[in-house]
Amino acid sequence: MSEQLRTHAIDMSSVLRDKGNQNQYNETCITVKDLNLFYGGKQALHGINMEMSKKKVTAFIGPSGCGKSTLLRCINRMNDLVDSARIEGQILLDNENIYDKSVNVAALRRRVGMVFQKPNPFPKSIFENVAYGLRIQGINDKRILEETVEKSLRGAALWDEMKDRLNDNALGMSGGQQQRLVIARAIAIEPEVLLLDEPASALDPISTLKVEELINELKEKYTIVIVTHNMQQAARVSDYTAFMYMGELIEMSTTSELFTNPVKKQTEDYITGRYG
Amino acid sequence: MIKVWFKSGAPWIWLNAAAVSICMLMVIGILGLVTARGVGHFWPSQVKQFTYQEEGKPEKVIIGEQVDSSVTPAIMAKSTGHKMADNEDVLIQYLIKSGNRDVSGTDFLWIEKRNVKSESEPDDLIVVERREWGNFYGRVLEIKESGKTIAAGSEAWSILQTKIEETLAIFKEIAHLEKKEIGAINYNLERLRLKQRKLELENRLDDNAKEELALEKSAYDVDYKQYQAQLADLYLKIRRDVLVAETENGTQVKIPLAKVVRVFQPNSMSVIDKISHYGSKVFEFLTEDPREANTEGGIFPAIFGTVMMVLMMSVIVTPFGVIAAVYLREYAKQGFITRLIRIAVNNLAGVPSVVYGVFGLGFFVYILGGNIDRIFFPESAPAPVYGTPGLLWASITLALLTLPVVIVSTEEGLARIPSSIREGSLALGATKLETLWLTVLPMASPAMMTGLILAVARAAGEVAPLMLVGVVKLAPTLPLDGNFPFLHLDRKFMHLGFHIYDVGFQSPNVEAARPLVYATALLLVLVIVGLNLAAIVIRNNLREKYRALEG
Repeated sequence: MSEQLRTHAIDMSSVLRDKGNQNQYNETCITVKDLNLFYGGKQALHGINMEMSKKKVTAFIGPSGCGKSTLLRCINRMNDLVDSARIEGQILLDNENIYDKSVNVAALRRRVGMVFQKPNPFPKSIFENVAYGLRIQGINDKRILEETVEKSLRGAALWDEMKDRLNDNALGMSGGQQQRLVIARAIAIEPEVLLLDEPASALDPISTLKVEELINELKEKYTIVIVTHNMQQAARVSDYTAFMYMGELIEMSTTSELFTNPVKKQTEDYITGRYG
Repeated sequence: MIKVWFKSGAPWIWLNAAAVSICMLMVIGILGLVTARGVGHFWPSQVKQFTYQEEGKPEKVIIGEQVDSSVTPAIMAKSTGHKMADNEDVLIQYLIKSGNRDVSGTDFLWIEKRNVKSESEPDDLIVVERREWGNFYGRVLEIKESGKTIAAGSEAWSILQTKIEETLAIFKEIAHLEKKEIGAINYNLERLRLKQRKLELENRLDDNAKEELALEKSAYDVDYKQYQAQLADLYLKIRRDVLVAETENGTQVKIPLAKVVRVFQPNSMSVIDKISHYGSKVFEFLTEDPREANTEGGIFPAIFGTVMMVLMMSVIVTPFGVIAAVYLREYAKQGFITRLIRIAVNNLAGVPSVVYGVFGLGFFVYILGGNIDRIFFPESAPAPVYGTPGLLWASITLALLTLPVVIVSTEEGLARIPSSIREGSLALGATKLETLWLTVLPMASPAMMTGLILAVARAAGEVAPLMLVGVVKLAPTLPLDGNFPFLHLDRKFMHLGFHIYDVGFQSPNVEAARPLVYATALLLVLVIVGLNLAAIVIRNNLREKYRALEG
């Protein structure tokens, strides 16, 4: 172990020590099998195999352009929107292949919610933003909507700030509030999995902290997959960490293991800051 | 030094500023001219009495409004046959609107200033606006009721006003009876005739049906007779009173009050009187039907027709344009063919509008309308229903003309919506259609409104294609009235743009019509501005509501 990593490890030692004490028995939620993805002629993901555990936080780290967001977007088939994208292999969600022809993509996305890098609230009221997913499912009962909106906003730690402004336009909120609103919107339809694509990269440190706290609370109920640039963040919030490089999965293990005792040289180089 | 000045960019800025100023001056100039000429028309100008003597002719009196004047240099005047004395540099001429077309044959004449012996503005001169023969200028002599004189001289003037008010009330009643009540009966009788013909054609005209029809018809006949009697009564009343007046040279003219719209003495009117006169003239202009081959009265049917047509066009063009744009942008595969279609749509906007008119006439009116008539209205043959130019075809033709504008701006609006919003919606389990309906289209609605604004601006001012597919000089009925089915899309209509052309260039009395051309042009501009403002207000509200994400 290099000198630099040692200092890193000391910085995060208390965090990682807690992680090491976790119960190792886990139920698998998502399995990725031999996944290849091509953008036109260019291959963006090379034979990815991994498993993600239920009600745990899995983080993808790696340098820009390594395919971590692409892999994340495969899990709720967001790459279907890209005309040139072609996918081989399987992703199993509760042992069902989500790339099977019989899968209803809209139903899949209801089970696998997603939060994007930049907050993207709809230009509607706060209430309508959170109720959007329910309305799509044809739920228009006012009482149910109100209950769900309150529950979701509470879940996203936004209720106390926003309960008097539910009818205000969501675009009037701050960036951090918007991002938490988007999370509330995602959990309102009670998905099983929550995909977070660099959820804090556009936020200031305090908002980032709030979002991270939120992730810690949310993992009680949801399987969370998070893409992040920020290794400290990965170390703080995740149970498992996958390191990706040039479209390949280099190494994946528990977060404490990966950060304190990486097997691969590339991983070590990356987390010690030699590139990326 | 100059080089430095050039390098500093100052000349470039000056050039830009000059271009902007020239544009502004042109716009202001057009609006200013139209406003000045159009707005002044309704102001009651003074009526002058000239004593006029041409060389070697007896002295005569001329009464009229001075509407124009011209100054001609002596040389030019000589060459056109005017005798000019040596000490005269210029020839000054006045254009006098002297009216009295029924007596003198013309109602405008040019007089030379040097022949005017004296000029005055006597208070007792009256102007009579008539329903026929244009204005009358002269003096009141007496008022006759059923041939008997009831007032003469100055006494007659005061009685005249109340008499005219009474007559106008009767006139209104007659117009109401004839247009509304009897018009409705005629409409229904025609409907019955067509029903009978239809049954005949289908071989279903048995005794039962005949009896039913006859019964209905007799009910209308009874109504008709009753209205007829009322009308006869009213006509008797309205024809009773006659104004006897004399012209400038003493000819006595009998003007039935039934033919009088208003009488006034402009020279004795105070400013307040003039303002109220002006107001009533403007009101008449905006709300009444035209008279005298469109050179007098109002232009309400033209305003109504224009607005109606534009609204119909908007209703047709918006859904088509939006749906086409959504397909092109959201569903169609972005390849060679899509690009080709897009280019074709853009070029469609450059096709001369009269070509659309020809297409509208050839395809919509004759082929589409003709077939509709053959299939759905065999009973009214040989008279066409939809197989003739009308509001529907005009609206559709203009919708076609403005379709590219709506498509292009809607497409731009759709392209501007950030993909993060679409992804956000899709990630919540919405299908593509739901995402479009709930998020994308509402957010693109300001762009659609922009397209519609451009479409309205273009359509409302279009004349050439309309002349082929439905606009007429004078439409006897509005396309919207109280007779079922209320909206008559097959009817021909009047249009402000065509009205301007017709009044200005097809009118038998060009001098009288000229101010009206300006007034109508001003109104056309105002109508378009109004329609546009309404659309802009809606768009700005939408914009505020669906403010796109920053950055």
